[in-house]
Amino acid sequence: MARLAHRRSTLPKRGLVIELDGVEKTFTLRVKSGRVRRERREVRAVDGISFRVDPGELIGYVGPNGAGKSTTVKMLTGILVPSAGRISVAGLDPSRQRIKLARRIGVVFGQRVQLWWDLPLRDSFELLRHIYRVPENRWRANFDRFTEVLELGPFLETPVRQLSLGQRMRGELTAAMLHDPEILFLDEPTIGLDVVAKARVREFLAEVNRDQGVTVLLTTHDLADIERLSSRLLIIDHGRVIHDGTIERLIADYGEERTLVVDLQEPAEPLEVDGARVVRVEGPRQWLRFRRDELTAARLAAAVAERAPLVDLTVEEPDIEDVVRRIYAEG
Amino acid sequence: MVETLGIYRRLVGSRIRSQLQYRLSFALTVTGNLLLSGLDFAAILVLFGQVDALGDWTVGEVALLYGISCVSFALTDLAVGQLDQLPRMIREGEFDQILVRPLGSLLQVICADVALRHLGRLTQGAVVLLVAVAYVDVTWTASRIAMLLVAIVAGAAIFAGIWVAFSSIAFWLIDSQEVCNAFTYGGNYTAQYPVNIYGRWLRRLVLFVVPVAFVSYFPALYVLDKPDPLGLPEALQFASPAVALITGAAAWLVWRTAVRRYRSVGS
Repeated sequence: MARLAHRRSTLPKRGLVIELDGVEKTFTLRVKSGRVRRERREVRAVDGISFRVDPGELIGYVGPNGAGKSTTVKMLTGILVPSAGRISVAGLDPSRQRIKLARRIGVVFGQRVQLWWDLPLRDSFELLRHIYRVPENRWRANFDRFTEVLELGPFLETPVRQLSLGQRMRGELTAAMLHDPEILFLDEPTIGLDVVAKARVREFLAEVNRDQGVTVLLTTHDLADIERLSSRLLIIDHGRVIHDGTIERLIADYGEERTLVVDLQEPAEPLEVDGARVVRVEGPRQWLRFRRDELTAARLAAAVAERAPLVDLTVEEPDIEDVVRRIYAEG
Repeated sequence: MVETLGIYRRLVGSRIRSQLQYRLSFALTVTGNLLLSGLDFAAILVLFGQVDALGDWTVGEVALLYGISCVSFALTDLAVGQLDQLPRMIREGEFDQILVRPLGSLLQVICADVALRHLGRLTQGAVVLLVAVAYVDVTWTASRIAMLLVAIVAGAAIFAGIWVAFSSIAFWLIDSQEVCNAFTYGGNYTAQYPVNIYGRWLRRLVLFVVPVAFVSYFPALYVLDKPDPLGLPEALQFASPAVALITGAAAWLVWRTAVRRYRSVGS
């Protein structure tokens, strides 16, 4: 039995769509160090990342600015050549088999325009049909479907440069999906969007993941994206993966702290209550953080009311953002 | 290949349509380009107002050199001139999007736009070339005409190779446009004059490194049936197509190496 298990683990992993093995990316910077002299300095944007993704997973890839998120996505899509390690996406080596891979993946960069700036959306989609050699009927079906789902109809004939950010993003999503990619990579797809537009993007991603079985990997700053979308969360900091698992697991591991927000009648010194600490004061409003295993919200509220007249209060559950912030701080 | 051409047609077609939308503005830019590139030739005429020959070459002969070089270069400029945008594409991260599409990266950069204003240079060069052809003392046999046409095509290919290779510098150095211009536009100027008037180092440069001597000088020697003032082997007069192939291959290698160096931008 043990032997069998051992043998199984050495078999080639079938069906993995993304596989990273000790991937590194180093950039050489030349930093001024004197009048003319320049020092070469190595920056490790990605410092030994390994993870695997099964088909049909929806993965959130988060980390603070400069953690190496975008660099990873760029290596996965064949834009950047890794300095070390091995990458396989859809069974291909992204940087060496870039063109082959491009047909099988969709890519959206939230901060870039991939559509043709001067062309109406419809013409951009038409061009993409030729570039990706999508069969006419397949393209037509996708075009009709996404036009309906993302409500592109009203601005199909508008040049891309005149679209609002939200409209453009809907166009970008369509552009990335017209050729039926197996994997969709999105780098900050909701950045700069308003609440409604964000929700629409999330819905769309959830749908293509659920209905078409498209594997989705998205990086984001907005942890609400992750809460709404993905079951698996990869957190990266300083170029390394520091958490790989479900969101529930993350909150259970790190999120034992809740916050009580109290509005006092008038501004006061930070309150002193056993088992809680004030983390923020804004006029008459104070934020008290406490551990759920040490104190109940009711007891804390009562303790606050003893010290100062209370107008209003709310309890904030550990939000994933705080959790992640704490992980960064510890990591 | 056919499909690639189809895509080229589509990408470039949409750009052409948008430029032709404003007819007056289009006409003005083309005329401006024509006059501007005509200034080079005016300089040559001014020069010949002072001297009768330039390194054994008469005004008509130099005009022939000029015409060949100018037409070749204008064709190259129309086809690959978009490479001048490469540093910007790299700086602004636009090159990312090129790399996630299932087409060659060089093709996409070239197709990103087409500057029809270079039709001005093409017209001006063609006019000078025709005048020179009528003016020089040559019996126009089929082989001479063929050589002229081959020279133009090979010349365009040589210029294109130079353009691609030197544009690739942008992957290493962001502010590389001027260096690149020195070899592309500079190459064009250099090819407008007979090579034998240059000093030793410049001669070597245009023979071996930036082989613009093969654009105009050697083919013109054949067409004019002129003994080479440099006394170089006569075979070189037929070498332009081979040099074009070598330049193209070298440029392609440089480009491929350079793209793997692409660092993208933050975010």
